[in-house]
Amino acid sequence: MERSEAAMTPPKGPPIRLSALDPQFSREIKRLAGTDFHACLQCRSCSGGCPFSDHMDYMPNGVMRLVQLGLKQEALSCNTIWICVGCHTCSIQCPMAIDIPGVMDALRERALAEHVAVIEPDILAFHREVLNSIARYGRTHKLEIMLRYKLKRRDLFSDLDVGLRMLAKRKLDLTPSRIAKTEELQKVFRP
Amino acid sequence: MTAADRAAPIEVSYFPGCSLATTAKENNQSLIESCARLGIRLVEIPDWNCCGSSSAHSIDHRIAFDLACRNLALAPAGRPLVTACPSCTLRLKHAQHLLRHDAGARGRYETLWGRPYDPDLHVRHFFGLMVEIDWRSRIGNGDVVPLDLTFAPYYGCMLNRPAALRPSTDHHGVMERVLGDLGMRSVLWASSTQCCGTFLTVARPDIVTPKVNAILQNAADSGAECVVTACAMCHMNLEVRCTLKAPIPIFHFSELIALAFGSARRDWFSRHLIDPRPLLSRKGLAA
Repeated sequence: MERSEAAMTPPKGPPIRLSALDPQFSREIKRLAGTDFHACLQCRSCSGGCPFSDHMDYMPNGVMRLVQLGLKQEALSCNTIWICVGCHTCSIQCPMAIDIPGVMDALRERALAEHVAVIEPDILAFHREVLNSIARYGRTHKLEIMLRYKLKRRDLFSDLDVGLRMLAKRKLDLTPSRIAKTEELQKVFRP
Repeated sequence: MTAADRAAPIEVSYFPGCSLATTAKENNQSLIESCARLGIRLVEIPDWNCCGSSSAHSIDHRIAFDLACRNLALAPAGRPLVTACPSCTLRLKHAQHLLRHDAGARGRYETLWGRPYDPDLHVRHFFGLMVEIDWRSRIGNGDVVPLDLTFAPYYGCMLNRPAALRPSTDHHGVMERVLGDLGMRSVLWASSTQCCGTFLTVARPDIVTPKVNAILQNAADSGAECVVTACAMCHMNLEVRCTLKAPIPIFHFSELIALAFGSARRDWFSRHLIDPRPLLSRKGLAA
């Protein structure tokens, strides 16, 4: 069977500029992630299994390629690192045993440290509210996290029905569950 | 005298985690009740804090490590630390992995929490305990109400781990085995280990809703009368984000064990967003 022209043409994307490759970045991410993504052989098992790949700009195997090559800008600014929830469906399927969510964690952290524009600001805003809640109470207070998140987005009405249903079913506590020694957390959250 | 009294009582440390302490109190209470019937005392570790959840490791690995470590430091020596939430379990085990292999991590632990880390602390999910203790010998046949229910076992991402944390106990099949012994029938279905979407439920419900609907539709199409979850977060996502007209109810694993042991409470089931009480009364299982 003859293959069609389209099947043999690689997808169009920006050309890779060799001058943009940053081996230092590659080493840094490897150190932070504690996993060797150079072992990736592009089998795409990760991307085939990922439940959220439909919503990612680069597939997980694509991100492995970006960090192998040291394409820093592409790796730090893609939405894949924010959509990944760390469910580890990919790592369980990876024949090279790469901790792919570990690479995503490292990239997210670098992106924030380098003030790269975050393409999914709402997801970041949510993570920040969760950490604020833990810093305040030692535990997560879901109602307050949701209210602060919604205020930040100036959108109090989406999900109002969900919130009310949860309140009616006593699923959202009005007051936080908190630890006694919150001062011990200052050591954790001190900048 | 019940079988639980005859068997040697077990006392273990217990880390409930934020979800079980708040949104999923019914998960917590049913777990404590079920364990009590088996002669297992869950002793909450004093002043435990959030494990860091998905958000800490997503944006700051050091905060994630420290939060998990404070809990490890609070756990008394000489007894296992039992967890109920798959996500908390992974966070605590990941911190232990770093402590085992990284002297710098051990140094930080000692500086922050003022004690050396305990290499013998066994962090284990409740499922592991359930398999190991031979629970059938701890409860009499007369004490079990058989549950005439067909269920879809939903593990979510619980069975997935990064390679560094493998091999460790694989909990695959625990729900089928334990609930099977309690009279329930499991279905084989495609979404058993499909991720629920976790925190994307807040910022990207547009992604999570179709996922959740597909999971619940798939369970119903497979002939299940209910879904049983291993994780309180999955339970919440399935209930909150489902937009199907008549979804099948979703139980926490522990609720059904308590129900079979005759110690379920009505107010657990009234907290569900998808009301399971009509199904239970149809089956003569009203708590």
